[in-house]
Amino acid sequence: MIEVKGLSKSFGGQQVLFDINHRFENGKVNLIIGQSGQGKSVLAKCIVGLYEADAGEILFDQRNFSNMDRAERSEIRQEIGMLFQGAALFDSLTVEQNVMFPLQMFTNLTKAEIQQRADFCLERVNLAGRNKLYPSECSGGMQKRVGIARAIAMNPKYLFCDEPNSGLDPKTSIVIDKLIKDITVEYNMTTVVITHDMNSVMEIGDSVLYIHQGKKWWEGDKNTIITDQNPEVEAFVYASSFMKEIRTQMQQKRSL
Amino acid sequence: MKFLQQFGRYLLMLKVVFSKPDKWKFYFQKSINEIELIGINSLPIVALMSTFMGAVIALQTASSMESPLLPDYTVGFITQSSTILEFSPTIICLILAGKVGSNVASEIGTMRVTEQIDALEIMGVNSLNFLVLPKITAAVVFFPVLIIFSMALSMLGGWLALLVSDLTTTEIYILGIRAFFNPFHITYALTKTFVFGFLIVSISSFYGYHVKGGSLDVGRASTQAVVSSSIAILIANFILTQLMLLS
Repeated sequence: MIEVKGLSKSFGGQQVLFDINHRFENGKVNLIIGQSGQGKSVLAKCIVGLYEADAGEILFDQRNFSNMDRAERSEIRQEIGMLFQGAALFDSLTVEQNVMFPLQMFTNLTKAEIQQRADFCLERVNLAGRNKLYPSECSGGMQKRVGIARAIAMNPKYLFCDEPNSGLDPKTSIVIDKLIKDITVEYNMTTVVITHDMNSVMEIGDSVLYIHQGKKWWEGDKNTIITDQNPEVEAFVYASSFMKEIRTQMQQKRSL
Repeated sequence: MKFLQQFGRYLLMLKVVFSKPDKWKFYFQKSINEIELIGINSLPIVALMSTFMGAVIALQTASSMESPLLPDYTVGFITQSSTILEFSPTIICLILAGKVGSNVASEIGTMRVTEQIDALEIMGVNSLNFLVLPKITAAVVFFPVLIIFSMALSMLGGWLALLVSDLTTTEIYILGIRAFFNPFHITYALTKTFVFGFLIVSISSFYGYHVKGGSLDVGRASTQAVVSSSIAILIANFILTQLMLLS
């Protein structure tokens, strides 16, 4: 479980996050949603320590990450896996080497054991046999899957995914969402996904945090979000014609 | 004021760079790879530049020797001293600042804008130490080798040019090369090279690591890296010459 208490962040005098308090539950896919530029990614980057928060505390299973020095943070970070928006694979390494990298860096496993773990992770994301490809030879969806394989290589307790579906077609997006959900349940991880994709919300939103103007605006889950009356949340959820159509149909059903 | 701020950030960066590597095996492997990328790949340009510059120095010196009071071996002596004292350590390092500096800044800058550095940090890797220390090691270890190679080729170039132009004989040229040779000049040249190598890679890494934005900003950082490391070389050259040759 990850707990955020009173987190605030500003850049050059402009406040981006205001006093965020939230709990990301274990074994669930916790979504952070909101319009572009509202502070979703900044919140996630503050939680993992890529940005230093101006105020507040971040607790990873009661361990206060905010007060830790570099070495202590490094230990916690070995329990974190992160899938970046652009996958952030190391271009000079093959798919297999990307997955092996954290294992070689932080474990004392033998070569054979590392190879076995990398093969297992790649198989888990349906990329068996693609070991020797370079990231530039992979499609966007494949790169995301390699990113997930690398993120789970160290058996992380916490998984962060920054817009895992950006740039992917709807079908591949569902594959990625399903993979994130399955892995979360399988390894009992605390997963935090940043997205503005309503399809993802409906597919995997066990817990949803809506960020608006840098503030915690609303929280709930995929079932409550579609019926909520909060004007900002409603505007976000029913922004597309497709969702509006669904709402009309739902209202018609109810009136019958 | 901005310069002082940047300089402070640069020193703070160096403090993190010179910490204990997370895994020594990776550090040695990366250092060897960097020796190939930064050092061995620079051999052709260093060879080409050195040979032709040596030839030009020798021909220019020969063409200026009008006084009959100057001994014939002066051409060899001037080629040797200008090559060892200034041309190889300083001019070649300025050229390397362009080649290696832009390469290092754009490589690290691209890793920054594509979030590869963030990925390293998330894994718990000290990204500055992991990326920059092997490059600095490669530069300070291999640049002196490159400069010794450059000195030899420059003097060879001078000899070939004089021989082809029939301006002197091999014996006289070698006599000039050996005349008044001061071994301390080699120490001075290699010390300069060591410092210049460190400056080129550390300054370029600093600009690459702190890139914000996209590909345009990577290009801008790359240019800034070359300009700043060239200026740093010129200033360090002046200080080291004062300290080592005149004090």
